[in-house]
Amino acid sequence: MCSTCGCSDGAETRLTVFTGEHKAGHSHADDGHQHGDHHHDHSHGSHEHHHDHDEAHAHSHEHIQENPASRTLQLEQDILAKNNHLAEHNRGWLEGREIVAFNLMSSPGAGKTSLLERTIRELGADIPICVVEGDQETTLDAERIGATGCRAVQINTGSGCHLDAAMIADALKRLKPPSGSVLMIENVGNLVCPALFDLGESAKVVIASVTEGEDKPLKYPHMFRSADLMILNKIDLLPYLPFNVDRCIAYARQVNPTLKVLQLSVLKGDGMDAWYSFLRQRKAAQSVTA
Amino acid sequence: MHELAITESIVESVEDRVNGARVLRVALLIGKLSGVVPDALRACFEICAEGTVMEGAALDIEETPGRARCRDCEAQVELLDTIALCPCGSANLAMLSGRELKIRSVEVVTCVPPADAPTALKRD
Repeated sequence: MCSTCGCSDGAETRLTVFTGEHKAGHSHADDGHQHGDHHHDHSHGSHEHHHDHDEAHAHSHEHIQENPASRTLQLEQDILAKNNHLAEHNRGWLEGREIVAFNLMSSPGAGKTSLLERTIRELGADIPICVVEGDQETTLDAERIGATGCRAVQINTGSGCHLDAAMIADALKRLKPPSGSVLMIENVGNLVCPALFDLGESAKVVIASVTEGEDKPLKYPHMFRSADLMILNKIDLLPYLPFNVDRCIAYARQVNPTLKVLQLSVLKGDGMDAWYSFLRQRKAAQSVTA
Repeated sequence: MHELAITESIVESVEDRVNGARVLRVALLIGKLSGVVPDALRACFEICAEGTVMEGAALDIEETPGRARCRDCEAQVELLDTIALCPCGSANLAMLSGRELKIRSVEVVTCVPPADAPTALKRD
C-alpha cells in the first residue's frame, strides 16, 4: 500500500514469471509507481547536512526570486508524459528486436485468456509467443498460459485497474521475449482505464463477446476508439442470443470509423484463421519497419 | 478509477519540476472528451497531495470543449460527447480538441521559508 495516497502502487504490484516448465515465484516491490521523493537529489536528506534556523537556507531554488509571495511556473506538460515516454521506450526496445506486441483489452470474461490459449496452441509452433498477464490478483491466468508451454509473466496490480508502461518495462526484463517473437499483453479486464495508458504495443485489440450488450462500444467509447482491432468472440452462441452483430459493429464504427472487426469463436474455432492472418500481417509489417 | 493513477502522475510530474518549493496552486487542462472526470481528480488530488509539497494546494481545472473536423464535409463541429456525428451525418471526425490532459502551470511559494519547512516534507 502506498504511504502517500493509500492507493495500490508499485509496492503492491507483484510479478511472477512462468517459464512453461516451472513456476518461479518472485515478489516485486519497486518500480511500479514512484511518489516523487525518489527523484529529488538535493542534499536535504544527507545526514551531515545541518540546518540552523538563523542561517540562510542553503537549498538552491533556481526559480526563486526576491518576490516574497509566489510565482507561477508554466509547465504545459502532458499529464501522462512519463507513461508515454516509458511506452515509447518499450516500443523502441520491442522494435529493435522485431517483436510485435499486442495489448489485449476487454471486460472480464470476454475470452482474452481463452483466445491466447488457442492461439498459442495453433500458432505457437510457427511463431514464438510470450505472454504478459495482468490481473488484480492471482496467477491463475499465467498458470493457464504456462500450461501451454509458453513463457509468461503475471503482473498483479493489487487494487490497480490497468497495466502501465512501467509495469511492462519491468515485465520485459523478466520475460526476455526472444527476437522475432509475438508478445501478447493481456490487460486487466476493464473497458475503462486501460484505454488511457499506452504500453508501447504495436496494436491495441479490444475483445467484445456476444454475451455482452451490443451497445458496449457506445458505453465505453474511449476503449473502442483507442483500439485498432475489435474481436467479436463467442459467435457460436449467436443462435441463442438476441445479439445484433451488425448493430454492434455499427456502434463500434461510430466511435472509431477505421476500426477493423473480426468475428470468431475461440471455443469452436470459427474465424480464428482471420485472427492468425492479422497477427502474421502485423508481424510482417513490424519486420519491415524494424 | 484511472483518475487515481492520473493524479499520481500529476503529483510526480510537479514534484519533479518544483525542486522542493511549496506549491499553492496547480492548474490543469482537462478535455471534456478525455475520459477523465474532474471531480474524481479533485478527490484523488487531495489524497495524493498529502505529505508532499502540494499538500493543501488549490487545484484549478479548465475543461476544454470537444471540437472536431468532419473528414467528409470539412465542417468544424462541437462535440458534446464522444459519440457525436457531424450534422452531415458522418461519423468520420478528426478530433481537434477535447482530449487534452495537461498540467498548465503551478504556483509556487517564492519567499524563503523556515529552513526546516522543505525538509519536513521530505521523507527519505
